[in-house]
Amino acid sequence: MNSIILKVATRYLVPLLLVLSLVVLYRGHNLPGGGFIGGLIAGASVMLMALAYGWNDVVPRLRVDPLRLMVIGLALAIFSGMIGLFDGHPFLTGEWLPTYYLPLLGKLKLGTPLLFDVGVYLTVIGFTLKCAIALGTEEGAC
Amino acid sequence: MMLPSVLIVLLIAVPLAAYTGRAKGALRSLLLAAPAAVAFVLLIIAGTTMIATGEAVSFRVSWVPQLGLDFALSLNGVGLLLGLLVTGIGALILAYAGAYMGQHTEALKLFVFLYAFMLSMAGLAISDHLLLFFVFWELTSITSYLLIGYQHTDEKARRNALQALLVTGLGGMALLAGFILLANVTGTWYLSEMTGVRELVTGHTLYPAIFTLIVLGAFTKSAQFPFHFWLPNAMVAPTPVSAYLHSATMVKAGVFLLFLMLPVIGGTPAWELTVTIIGGITLLVGCVFGLRQHDLKTMLAGTTLAVLGLLTLLLGIGSEKAVLAALLFMMGHALYKATLFMMAGSVDHETGTRDARLLGGLRKSMPWTAAAALLAAASMMGLPLFFGFLGKEYTYKASLYAEMEWLVTAVLILGNAMLFALAIKAAIIPFWSKAKEQALPKHPHEAPWPMFAGPLLLAVLGVIFGIFPFLLNPLITSAQSFSLGAATPAEIKLWQGFNLPLLLSGVTVALGLAIASLPRVVEKLLHAAKLPSADDVYDRVLSLILGASYVQTRALQSGYLRNYLLIIILSTGALILSKLWRFGLPEINIANGITPTVAVMSLLMVGATFFAVTTSSRLTALVSLGVAGYGVAMLFAYFSAPDLAITQILVETLTVVLFAWVVYKLPAYRLLSSKRTVAFDAVVSCLAGGLVTLLVIKSNALSHQPSISQQLAEWSMPLAYGANIVNVILVDFRALDTLGEIGVLAIAALGVWALLKGDAKTSNKPPAS
Repeated sequence: MNSIILKVATRYLVPLLLVLSLVVLYRGHNLPGGGFIGGLIAGASVMLMALAYGWNDVVPRLRVDPLRLMVIGLALAIFSGMIGLFDGHPFLTGEWLPTYYLPLLGKLKLGTPLLFDVGVYLTVIGFTLKCAIALGTEEGAC
Repeated sequence: MMLPSVLIVLLIAVPLAAYTGRAKGALRSLLLAAPAAVAFVLLIIAGTTMIATGEAVSFRVSWVPQLGLDFALSLNGVGLLLGLLVTGIGALILAYAGAYMGQHTEALKLFVFLYAFMLSMAGLAISDHLLLFFVFWELTSITSYLLIGYQHTDEKARRNALQALLVTGLGGMALLAGFILLANVTGTWYLSEMTGVRELVTGHTLYPAIFTLIVLGAFTKSAQFPFHFWLPNAMVAPTPVSAYLHSATMVKAGVFLLFLMLPVIGGTPAWELTVTIIGGITLLVGCVFGLRQHDLKTMLAGTTLAVLGLLTLLLGIGSEKAVLAALLFMMGHALYKATLFMMAGSVDHETGTRDARLLGGLRKSMPWTAAAALLAAASMMGLPLFFGFLGKEYTYKASLYAEMEWLVTAVLILGNAMLFALAIKAAIIPFWSKAKEQALPKHPHEAPWPMFAGPLLLAVLGVIFGIFPFLLNPLITSAQSFSLGAATPAEIKLWQGFNLPLLLSGVTVALGLAIASLPRVVEKLLHAAKLPSADDVYDRVLSLILGASYVQTRALQSGYLRNYLLIIILSTGALILSKLWRFGLPEINIANGITPTVAVMSLLMVGATFFAVTTSSRLTALVSLGVAGYGVAMLFAYFSAPDLAITQILVETLTVVLFAWVVYKLPAYRLLSSKRTVAFDAVVSCLAGGLVTLLVIKSNALSHQPSISQQLAEWSMPLAYGANIVNVILVDFRALDTLGEIGVLAIAALGVWALLKGDAKTSNKPPAS
């Protein structure tokens, strides 16, 4: 596929989509969204890039190997669960920091569930990309 | 703290051996032996504390409290004896192996395995909790599997290693079951607390089961008839391994178990009869096997079998004298047999052969090894002033007071006489006969000193203990009092006057000399008595099991995705059907809750699905499936589940895109299935879909309990500070499920990658280069 329109559009769309995925990830705790959806959006944005430019151009530009993303994501999720252990609570108990008020974002609530969701987010991105690369590239091309 | 530190030292030694094993020359031997020597000294300190103060040396920390499993160690006399043999002989073996094994990285593996084995064996000797004992028991099986199969490129080594693992593993399973029953009956898991429970256990209705299972474990481990076949086969291992595992230590684990269990489940007619008879048979079978061999190692393996049988027989008798005799014999055997095995290894190492028919006159070229072999052989023959003599004397003393004393004594005399002959054949003739005319594969010369120092030390110990047996009094007394449940000071005397045992010893020597001097006659006799080998039976049983699993695997694992799907769908359907059968069909009210919007969307989805099934273009089918998927998303949105709707849309989109990439690579669309298959698949799909529909309707109608989602919604804000309950469930309430799911995602991605890219050419390349 070689479409100028798609290529140009992708340039603007992909950063937007990535920001959107982060927003969706963060707001998930109170509004529709979350790590899974955010991860799918981020994965889809990279796939959009691949549709426009082809995997041969996209894969070398990935800073992190999808496999590593999955590993980091899983490790984060497990780590977020272990924080509660230090407090004497069971594995995966939610632990929260005090609420901060930031000028633009409003109430900022940070806690281990969010960290866990980031782990989900990274794992889903890694999974999507790993499968897409496996299916989308030729034998031994990447 | 002395007991755990023994294990800690050995635990550190396991990885350490991979580094110390790289040293060269004698340093390698010394470094390798050091941790075992430290463990030996620690055990001696612990043992002297125990014997001097008379207080139990023990250690207990909670390990898996939910299972009532403590990491409980405790020292008793028999355990001390076994532990000292394991670490002491272990140190000498490691030193020997350091010189025996060549300088290559493969050898490092052997050292690591040897220490792992030593750790499990030492743990076995001092563990107090039955389950901990079992864990170490299984570890010895596994590590010995690795050691026997060390030469893993050799098919025979692999086969025999597996055989040893299967046989001892079978016994391990039986032992576990026996231990659980035993703990249920006695109400305690601790060996140290099982004093005075013999009446309770032997009188219990479960006693036959406990007895059979535990004794089965002991018999398989100690290679008792009819499980004896694995031991000679295990001789494919390098000689240090055979010397260590299959003479001095691992096979003693079964006997050790009998020692431990004698005060708990012993002393009944069943025990006396079974254990004595099996031990006697093994004694004779082992001797006959040994006499048939020409290879030094298998010959010695036969004698090991025989001695294990003899020890079992003595424990079957179970009297005070018999336990004393078994302890003496066990110790004496460990000392001389490890020596003889190392001697066999040295001879093999320096001459290139272990065939007794080719060897002769080696005393000139290998004087030190010859001296060690001579002393060890004298102990094995049971000549006076050697340790083996004491074991034999006390054995006869015990047998004369056993039931059916004439039969037992006759078996013992026959066995000891054959052992006598075997000692001459294996350890005297190769060194002291005239050199054979046939040239040896290598020009013989003395082995390096780490290879004869250890055997010599053990052989000399055999002489020292033979002349001054009172040195062992404290150790033997403490061991004996444990197995008998009462303290009886042992007095081991060298000279006991002219009595019947001495006369019997004389008879043994005469008979042994006769067997040794008439090899032709013996050979003919043995050939006449050709028995079916237990090894063949093992092979037949194994091939039966393999055949059955082959048939079963072919039936279940066809390798076709559609068959797996069919099996999954049909079994799910059957499960649903059985539940619906039990709880009745739901009431179906078609008009209920169906608005025009829902009706239109449903019709759209049904139409898309139908199109997807009937079209002959893959791309069309793909897009139609996508339509059906978006329809589901719309339904989610309509019933106000935005999270689900968004997820469904994203997943549907990604699936279609991914599919589109693949579609190009697939071969042209063709109708491959026959009409009948298509019809069958259609019926199955419709049935499955219908059943799931019924299930959903039914489960909606069945909500007797207040809805769980109501409760979660109430908790969401106060407990998890989240207003989006779907997300709160995912990352907080049910976070463990989510963790499992993303784990599955990662595994699935690896599976996809392996399937599509996993050939040897591309797998080495990093994917993002």
